[in-house]
Amino acid sequence: MAEGVYLKLVGARLRGQMSYRTSFALQCVAQAINQLAELAIILVLFNRVSALGGFSVAEVVLMYAIAGTAFGIADMVAGQLDELPTYIRTGTFDVLLLRPLGTLAQMMASDLHLRKVGRIVAGVGSMVYALSHNDIQWSGWAVWLVVAAPVSGAVIFSSIWVAANAVCFWVVDGQELANTVTYGSNAFTSYPATVYGPWLRRFFAFVVPGAFVAYYPSLALLGRADPLGGPGFLGWVSPVVAVVAAVVAGVVWRTAVRHYRGTGS
Amino acid sequence: MRAYVVLALAGFRRYSTYRRAMVAGMATNVAFGLLRLAVLMAAVGQGDIAGYDVAAAATYVWLGQGLMAVVVLWGDGQLAERVRSGDVVVDLYRPWHLQMALFAEDVGRAGFAVLVRFGPPVVFGALFFPFRWPSVGVLPVFAVSVGLALAVSFGMRFLLNATTFWLLDNRGVQALYTALTWLLCGLAVPLAFFPDWALPIVWSTPFAAMLQAPVDVFLERGSPWPFLSRQAFWAAVVLALGHLVLNRAVRKVVVQGG
Repeated sequence: MAEGVYLKLVGARLRGQMSYRTSFALQCVAQAINQLAELAIILVLFNRVSALGGFSVAEVVLMYAIAGTAFGIADMVAGQLDELPTYIRTGTFDVLLLRPLGTLAQMMASDLHLRKVGRIVAGVGSMVYALSHNDIQWSGWAVWLVVAAPVSGAVIFSSIWVAANAVCFWVVDGQELANTVTYGSNAFTSYPATVYGPWLRRFFAFVVPGAFVAYYPSLALLGRADPLGGPGFLGWVSPVVAVVAAVVAGVVWRTAVRHYRGTGS
Repeated sequence: MRAYVVLALAGFRRYSTYRRAMVAGMATNVAFGLLRLAVLMAAVGQGDIAGYDVAAAATYVWLGQGLMAVVVLWGDGQLAERVRSGDVVVDLYRPWHLQMALFAEDVGRAGFAVLVRFGPPVVFGALFFPFRWPSVGVLPVFAVSVGLALAVSFGMRFLLNATTFWLLDNRGVQALYTALTWLLCGLAVPLAFFPDWALPIVWSTPFAAMLQAPVDVFLERGSPWPFLSRQAFWAAVVLALGHLVLNRAVRKVVVQGG
């Protein structure tokens, strides 16, 4: 029964977003340009160097494309959580608590960012390009990786979003810190983990499991050993990491909501 | 004139109220600086690129991190919101020039941002990374260049907001603007890294006047005068355009009851 309610909520939101057609179309285009601008930056850099962190342009574009697609999906589903501080400050969150539905699901359904489709389309397009320009040994397993990597990545990014924004229940001004983790991990995952120093890598690759979004799956797809010395199976465990991340994020959210006290406004 | 000075001071005070948000902002800013620096170092570490060595590249990153909140490299929707809600009518019948008043407030905001947004990342960068300080005589020129960058950025944002008079919902235009700025202002990668055929194009946009120009003045990449004159040109163009657009828009506004 609850599913029906969510579908209705999402449907109502989508109709709302479509009501300013020009603006909506422009926002889709802007999202695509945003995503392609990141690609342009990579190409501009490779116009001046032949390798970045030991990887060629096609290899870096592959990582960027997987990361971008995953981030686009996550942003569409979980991006609404950026509004959490406003919900808390204005007391709107209390309204969510009163309804007999999950708070997290309500937050996500309250505004599905359909415009992010532009970003996803650009991400998938770059992925097709990168896959055709890399020397990949095609097999059933490779196809599985191509599908599983962006999907697991999307789950990982969404979990990061949930866990990072849950901080706002404790610190009302926590939004910017949450952004560091969410948008920061997007920036991190678009490039090979080898370009970063040890501290950044420890944090964004393993504390926040960013390396499992694009870096390790790409290595497995390319049939390359990890220059950092990680074992080969790491490329295949992203779905497991995604499930663990989702569980952790769920626990963090529940704990945070239990802790929540209204701001009194 | 006095009114505008008071408005600038009010802008300064208004933004100085949110102290905790500021501290969080600094941490975020430095974290993104570190991420950007790593990628750029992976490239420049292999040998100088377009006159950027390791020190120049690091200075470029920290200046960019500091300037982006001073100059504001994304759309701001405050006026757009007031146009949509109709509150802009109140702003229009006040005894001021709306564009000038908003600019004065933005100058106050930027003045505060210089202290808390520009200072910390630059100091952080200068302490922990190779840093290229310019000769002392360049610093006032750099300040002028930042001022012009702010004028261009404000002019662009004002034009964006003014589109709301026609579009009612300008979020699409805003998003498009932010995407273009990010690529073309020289924040993500120095404009000098672009391929030679693209250089005249990227340098001819107003976006280059918003960030890359002051950074290049600071790094003393050639004489500052070409940068400053291009910035002054764009500042004059976008501010004049904003004035014209506002005049047209005012004639369009319909006050519905009261």
